[in-house]
Amino acid sequence: MSDGEHRGPKGLGFDTLSLHAGQVPDPSTGARATPIYQSAAFVFPDSDVAVGLFNLERAGHVYSRLSNPTNAVLEERMAALDHGVGAIVTASGQAAIHLAITTLLSAGDHIVASRSLYGGTHNLFQYTLSRFGISTTFVDPRDFDAFTQAIQPNTKVIFGEVLGNPGLEVLDIPQLSKLAHDHGLPLMIDATFVTPYLCRPIDLGADIVVHSATKFLSGHGVVVGGVVVDGGTFDWRGKEKFPTLSQPYEGFHDLVFAEEFGPLAFITRARREGIRDFGACMAPMTAFQILQGLETLPLRMQRHVANALEVAKYLEGHDMVESVSYPGLESHLDYALAQTMLPKGAGAVFSFELKGGRAAGRTFIESLDIFSHLANVGDAKSLVIHPASTTHHRMDEASLLASGIGPGLVRLSIGLEDPADLIADLKKGLRGVEKSLRKPS
Amino acid sequence: MILQLNGEQVYYGTGSGHWKKDAKSIVFVHGAGFDHGIWVMPARYFARHGFNVIALDLPGHGQSSGALLTSIDAMADWVAQVIGAVADDADAKATVIGHSMGSLIAMNMAGRHKATVEQIALLGTSAPMPVTSLLLDAAKDNHHAAIDMTNTWSHSQRSIMGSSDNPGVSNIHAGERWLERAGESVLYTDLAACNAFDAAELPPVECPALVITGGDDKMTPAKAGIAVAQMLPNAHVANLPSCGHSMLTEQPNQVLDALSGFILS
Repeated sequence: MSDGEHRGPKGLGFDTLSLHAGQVPDPSTGARATPIYQSAAFVFPDSDVAVGLFNLERAGHVYSRLSNPTNAVLEERMAALDHGVGAIVTASGQAAIHLAITTLLSAGDHIVASRSLYGGTHNLFQYTLSRFGISTTFVDPRDFDAFTQAIQPNTKVIFGEVLGNPGLEVLDIPQLSKLAHDHGLPLMIDATFVTPYLCRPIDLGADIVVHSATKFLSGHGVVVGGVVVDGGTFDWRGKEKFPTLSQPYEGFHDLVFAEEFGPLAFITRARREGIRDFGACMAPMTAFQILQGLETLPLRMQRHVANALEVAKYLEGHDMVESVSYPGLESHLDYALAQTMLPKGAGAVFSFELKGGRAAGRTFIESLDIFSHLANVGDAKSLVIHPASTTHHRMDEASLLASGIGPGLVRLSIGLEDPADLIADLKKGLRGVEKSLRKPS
Repeated sequence: MILQLNGEQVYYGTGSGHWKKDAKSIVFVHGAGFDHGIWVMPARYFARHGFNVIALDLPGHGQSSGALLTSIDAMADWVAQVIGAVADDADAKATVIGHSMGSLIAMNMAGRHKATVEQIALLGTSAPMPVTSLLLDAAKDNHHAAIDMTNTWSHSQRSIMGSSDNPGVSNIHAGERWLERAGESVLYTDLAACNAFDAAELPPVECPALVITGGDDKMTPAKAGIAVAQMLPNAHVANLPSCGHSMLTEQPNQVLDALSGFILS
């Protein structure tokens, strides 16, 4: 029989999973929506069951730091959407990255990371983890030789974002996955900007995915949360490089996670050690709100990316704009890769460089009415920030440029408003810049 | 744990227990394409309750080396040999618990290795255990469609939608990854052995037996499990409503309750 003649059953579609994965109507009350289990702990029916829950003999909930029924619905839904074997939700996106990294790495270990990262992740890797003996080498996300050269004997993971920050470089996940796996390393990807609707890194070869759920997943700027998804794709068995998974763990009578939990080894260790001991758990109310967001994720993302492309095209044609960095535009260096990796759209966060430098950026932002000036992305409402006058205001122009941030760089997160209104608002801001530049100094 | 047998490596999980010479032994045998890891929860439970646990990787599965065994007879003979080797006692006895293909191995051992088998528990069983040519052909070609068929048909509708008892775990995706780990031809060889199994050729089974059926099992429907129980003189049935064939991940607590009720009583 030829290869093409075999047909397996198709799984449920993305839109269906966004609404249903991980939850059936509550068996005791019939509640259709996911109930909020606002309980710190859960009663043991008897002592033997209690021991069984602690000893990994039984499934269930013990204490909401470890797991909670509302959080579990969100975890299972995210695992389903990302094609992972399991997930853990955390107090923030930063907590998700910390949990994923510390499940694998210990003092003396090393990370190779794309240098185009969210500032918070850069801080964590560069300054904070180094205090605990974990070092990082940052490389150009487009330079695969640099990734290879940065790998050391103590390197344990390669890390990058699907869309870099602030240049929106598209990380070539299939190629980087091959590079990582050829060196016996897992690939960990931050997919916050794209969500599983636009890109499923695990399908492209990544092993572990992290998200800030604060952004598009929840979608309304009302909660802070994170998610770690385990692809179950990396085989940790017998690999001395990863002792947390391949060596006996005294905390569970010398249990070897990789031997006993198969493809669930990483996520099981992360729950049984990382979330237990570091404790950055999500509140059940937060999980409920993110679940509300996920129900409309496909619809929102379609509108986000359609609006983003329209706004980006408008800006690209404007005289006061030096350049627009959006992988959905043909002018972007990674346009072709984006068409392959992100066929549904290249996200809704992008940056552009205003003529007129730092002062122009400030004037522009202060002229806007619909865009909100704040440090976040992925809200239903459109957002704007001018890094040179806010997050990076202490840097001189040379330092800004070294970080890939021009003095007139503005970052937009495009929301769900009428795109004509967004363009009108931006037009007003650009007119304000134009006027200010005409004024004699 | 690792044991050398006939020049090959035999891997088995112990549930984090230590071998005790006077303790009773339980052997867990996995299904087609899987390995010992599916037994982690009951293995740990029975180890804590004082049993010697041998959760096996069959040859060519998981971390056991050696050529794939092509018949249920050969698998049963191998398991019986391993029990003696682990116990360092050719007359050692054990309870044998098997899932799916593993249930056929347990049943076969109960008929052909009576002196070794004290009692059996059969999870997701059927005798015969026919496998559709659609699945066999795809498995023979090592095509991913075989994994998709096996995995999807092994889960109940509730499990496909989600709502796992194990917090944060997507059973359907975990099942897929588990099968993807199996080496080339493993799934086909196992499924072909199941397809060829003929219970009529077995000497009568006399030991006590537990049959666990899943109300939503599409691979080995509950009625097939009940028919197996009716063939055995000393069997009783525990049915898990709404449970699919992947009962160890779909309803791990209910499986454990059924097993502990049978074994500890």
